[in-house]
Amino acid sequence: MKAGAALLALIVALVAGFAYASGRTAKPVVLIERPGQCVEATEVMRRDHMKLLLHQRDRTVLQGVRTAKHRLTGCVECHASSKTGSVLGEKGFCQSCHDYAGVRLDCFECHASKPGAQRAGAKP
Amino acid sequence: MSGNARRGFLGTAAAALAGAALAPGIRLIDLAVARAPGEAVTGKVRWGLLIDSNQCATGCTDCVTACNRENGLQDTGRPRIDAQWIRKIDLKDAKTGREQSAPVMCQHCAHPPCVDVCPTGASFKRADGIVLVDRHTCIGCRYCVMACPYKARSFVHENLADQKPDVPRGKGCVEGCTLCVHKIDRGDGNTACAEACTSAGHGAITFGDLNDPASTISKRLRELPNRALRADLRLDPGVRYSGV
Repeated sequence: MKAGAALLALIVALVAGFAYASGRTAKPVVLIERPGQCVEATEVMRRDHMKLLLHQRDRTVLQGVRTAKHRLTGCVECHASSKTGSVLGEKGFCQSCHDYAGVRLDCFECHASKPGAQRAGAKP
Repeated sequence: MSGNARRGFLGTAAAALAGAALAPGIRLIDLAVARAPGEAVTGKVRWGLLIDSNQCATGCTDCVTACNRENGLQDTGRPRIDAQWIRKIDLKDAKTGREQSAPVMCQHCAHPPCVDVCPTGASFKRADGIVLVDRHTCIGCRYCVMACPYKARSFVHENLADQKPDVPRGKGCVEGCTLCVHKIDRGDGNTACAEACTSAGHGAITFGDLNDPASTISKRLRELPNRALRADLRLDPGVRYSGV
């Protein structure tokens, strides 16, 4: 009985190991193309970026404060991929992690996922 | 003294105080000044437009084009469902044959019916008088579309792509003229439609602060005969028309 359980555990471990090695498990791709200091410490951003964004969004929409450091356009400007120009896509900074965590990423149904080449309002 | 009369008196008193200079360059209450970057909007200013239909050219749609470009409104190929933040209206007096043209957009009412009917509080009036939709709380019920007497609101029926970074828009939300709120917050001091009208040489749209007696718009409002559209509804719109 004990031997059976051990064998089963070994098989499970081996299968999981192979799956991991062959890349079947989706892993987040965290590409930092512009290394430097983020607006908060990495641990804070990983855990609480949504709270910061939620707070900032109300300040922006209701009170017109658009210069604060916790703004979504700031995230996009820094973290957009140099290849696709976007934070979305399979290896996009936002999407790869959200896919891994299984959390829906609604922001970019409305918000631009690419930094503005020319700021809106600039004359063509 | 009724509530309105008292408010009027207080407003006058405040204005008188604000005007009273203690010493050259020092005032008891600051007159409306440009907001610092990071500072919340206040009721010191009230943004508005003056549209002079005598200067507005029939057939010219530069303001509409500029609005669409500024806010990233794209043509879906089906005009019936296209979002429309500003539109040109042509008027003709059947008796005399006099023709006029003027743009109509959100009138940024002081008492907006769209805000009254919104069940979620998504439709709101900002402190500086701009009426907006908070798309985060909009559920797309379109009560405001029904309530607006100026037909100023549109509904987004389809998924969108390539929005402007400063103008987020998406399917399932109601939207309308924002008075180029992102430009105002940036300190541009003008709207895309007014800029386009001026550069087209018509100068039919004047943007400015209605609360500042020294602003261009206030001066023109004092000089030109003007009125609010559907003044009978007493919504006190921030957009006023001359020559209609």
